[in-house]
Amino acid sequence: MALDLTDLVTAAKAGDKAAFTKLVEATTAEMYTLAYRLTGNAEDAQDVVQEAYVRAYKGLKKFRGDAEFTSWMYRITANCANTHLVRSSRHRHDAMDETEELADDRPGPEARLTSADERSQLNLALQSLSPEMRAVVVLRDVYDLPHEAIAAELGISEGAAKVRLHRARRKLRERLFPLRGEESTHEDARAV
Amino acid sequence: MQCDQVADRLPQIVDGGERAAPAVLAHVDSCLRCQAELVQYRKLLKALRTLRTDILEPAPGTLTAILASLEAVGERGAMRSLLAGRRAAYVGGIAAATAAAGAAGAIVLANRGRRKMRLAG
Repeated sequence: MALDLTDLVTAAKAGDKAAFTKLVEATTAEMYTLAYRLTGNAEDAQDVVQEAYVRAYKGLKKFRGDAEFTSWMYRITANCANTHLVRSSRHRHDAMDETEELADDRPGPEARLTSADERSQLNLALQSLSPEMRAVVVLRDVYDLPHEAIAAELGISEGAAKVRLHRARRKLRERLFPLRGEESTHEDARAV
Repeated sequence: MQCDQVADRLPQIVDGGERAAPAVLAHVDSCLRCQAELVQYRKLLKALRTLRTDILEPAPGTLTAILASLEAVGERGAMRSLLAGRRAAYVGGIAAATAAAGAAGAIVLANRGRRKMRLAG
């Protein structure tokens, strides 16, 4: 059931703290889900979503209301997740290369997508992408954000965002929906 | 056009985001392998879209942590406006005291001037 948040946004913009609390309560699970998909773990997702709401609270007066509150929050969450990932990769010195190959745990032909396990396979495949590629494909193909918004929140050019998206789609397609021949090539490579 | 060249374009055109060149379309029309690959991309996009409604349960304590952060930000904001108010009061007080001192000085000087004139007269 979609909740109309417009009145709450208007009240919150006028300084009603209880209205903002209700907005948080209504959207936390969605933002947490996005943060989890972008960061890949619960602890980071919690930090990201916390930071995102603080930023939203501080910037609420700037929210013009021409987009939905949830879309605005998606952008803020994506931006926070990106900042978080950049910061942690700097700390860990293990930033993944954008062109990194998928981990060699691709499911074999017996694990072809079925309606029963499709979502878990999909989530696994997304987690196997580099954070940079994952962010773009999640924001575009799951959350339907425009290229321009994705580029702005990730601090990259629109062209770079598109290139990452197309590479990510290709990797996901090869992993989840391989063509005949692609499986055997992969199996051969593993056997060597 | 070769399949390899077309394969590079398929992830770009699968959602209609970018217009395919006529040569690419012509190749896809006549190539079963590329048609199959395009179908697989469409399946992928459809599957990805279903994730939008797949909402996870936040880790325990997430909402509480968010509300606590917001509370802290609100308190900091209130403290800042309180300090800003006090600062304004201090500045106002100093300005009033300076003005009063100036006025008193002017009165003293004016009285001295009058006294001097009386003595001279």
